[in-house]
Amino acid sequence: MSQTSIKKLVLFFPRYDCEQPIIYHLVKDHNLIVNVYRAKVTPEEEGYLVLDVKGTEQDIDKAMEFLKTCNVVVNHSGKGVTWDEHRCTHCSQCITHCPTDALHIADPATRKIAFDEDACIECLACIRVCPFGACASAF
Amino acid sequence: MKTYEQINDRIASGKAVVLTADEIMDYVDKKGLEAAAKEVDVVTTATFGPMCSSGCFINFGHSKPKIRMSEAWIEDVLVYTGIAAVDVYLGATQLRHGDPANMYYPGEFRYGGGHVIEDLVAGKSLQLFALSYGTDEYPRREIRTWFTINDVNQATMVNPRNCYQNYNVAINDGDRTICTYLGVLEPRRGNATYCSAGQLSPLLNDPYYDIIGVGTRVWLAGAQGHVYAEGTQHAGACERTPNGVPMEGAGTLALTADMKHMKPEFVRGVSLRGYGVSLALGVGVPIPILNEQVLKRTCVRDRDIQAPVIDYSSDYPNKTGRTLCHVNYEQLRSGEIEIDGKKIAVASLSSYHKALEIANLLADEIRRGDFLLSGPIQPLPKNTAMKSLVIRKKPV
Repeated sequence: MSQTSIKKLVLFFPRYDCEQPIIYHLVKDHNLIVNVYRAKVTPEEEGYLVLDVKGTEQDIDKAMEFLKTCNVVVNHSGKGVTWDEHRCTHCSQCITHCPTDALHIADPATRKIAFDEDACIECLACIRVCPFGACASAF
Repeated sequence: MKTYEQINDRIASGKAVVLTADEIMDYVDKKGLEAAAKEVDVVTTATFGPMCSSGCFINFGHSKPKIRMSEAWIEDVLVYTGIAAVDVYLGATQLRHGDPANMYYPGEFRYGGGHVIEDLVAGKSLQLFALSYGTDEYPRREIRTWFTINDVNQATMVNPRNCYQNYNVAINDGDRTICTYLGVLEPRRGNATYCSAGQLSPLLNDPYYDIIGVGTRVWLAGAQGHVYAEGTQHAGACERTPNGVPMEGAGTLALTADMKHMKPEFVRGVSLRGYGVSLALGVGVPIPILNEQVLKRTCVRDRDIQAPVIDYSSDYPNKTGRTLCHVNYEQLRSGEIEIDGKKIAVASLSSYHKALEIANLLADEIRRGDFLLSGPIQPLPKNTAMKSLVIRKKPV
């Protein structure tokens, strides 16, 4: 039996494919548990979706094949929000606004900030409060 | 007792003993004050954070035919031209032309004077657009060109106020989120922010301005510059702890240095949501250990430095003068303070990480003999107070 795993994905929908019920098919046809972090899918425009999919590896692989047939571009890095270590000045403005401690002080002695991508739920609070533009969103 | 000359001789011969203000306390605890004062030559202090009262003079040289610029923009950011023909002053908080500011609150303020200064130091190509009314000897009426820092004759940073000795801790007692120059503050004391390098900060290691004065050589974003005046709003007359450390803003420094020698990682444009743009700067100041008293002052620890907690929803804008309480920097750096029984998460706007990096870079430069110290040619005032702007009727 195939093992259950979780994958974080960023999906890009070309303009002409925004109206397909893709999540429905992921759940119904491929038995995946879907956890959407955020989405911007507007008819007549491009769309983005950041989500976790949970299921057997076999089901996830089949779902990926299905997404390809829908012209959806799958970014397996799962990076809808990025943190640029070189733009970051390690001031710590972000840490009280980050609800999951994805942005945190890695070393109390040097006050160096680190970003745990897996813990990020893409609430975008860091983008709002970072004075140095160190955090960015793919959409 | 040591003199500047003796310390500079030791620096020049590569023998100077240099520690950072972050290291010196434990060193003195171990060695004792008397022995450490004989041994240590310099303690380096530093800070990195937004310093709004910053800017620079640029001289472009003359075009052919010549222009006397009467209005000018760099990357669409207005610069001051009320000086000589091709000299301009670019201020850190100047918004870009067409920025909607807070028209759609809270404004994002993505680019402004501070960012132009960052790009200039980073060597980027920038657009200059200038207009003139035309004169007999300066006939050109308009110019548009691109330049880098290497093309201009001078790019001199001239900052009327840097290095605030101490600073407020901001909280929000109101019931809506507010956007301030100390960051975004959540309602009902949802968070707190502060902005100081604490025990590493230059003027907190010289609380009575015994060492740092006009003429003191400083490390300004990697360039060797100096203190050219007391900073604006410098006010040494304030409440102090028994060890002499101010419990509020107090002293400031006016700094200048050649931007052509600056390092871009220490000159950073700042976008403060709902507030505006600014410039974050790295400053390092060496303290010569002339005697035990000077050394003792550099041993100040975060727990000995008190900062006032101010409500930025009402008390600060309305200038009530009310301070909710004081907290020390050890508490602030722990990430949580407690006020009236409520625990409040704390973040800094100033970067201790960068300040530490600067203190170490400066210490290395001094150890290598590349940075000599200069004593003040004039002390900073010790007891001046801060004046307020009084709104009065026109005198008859």
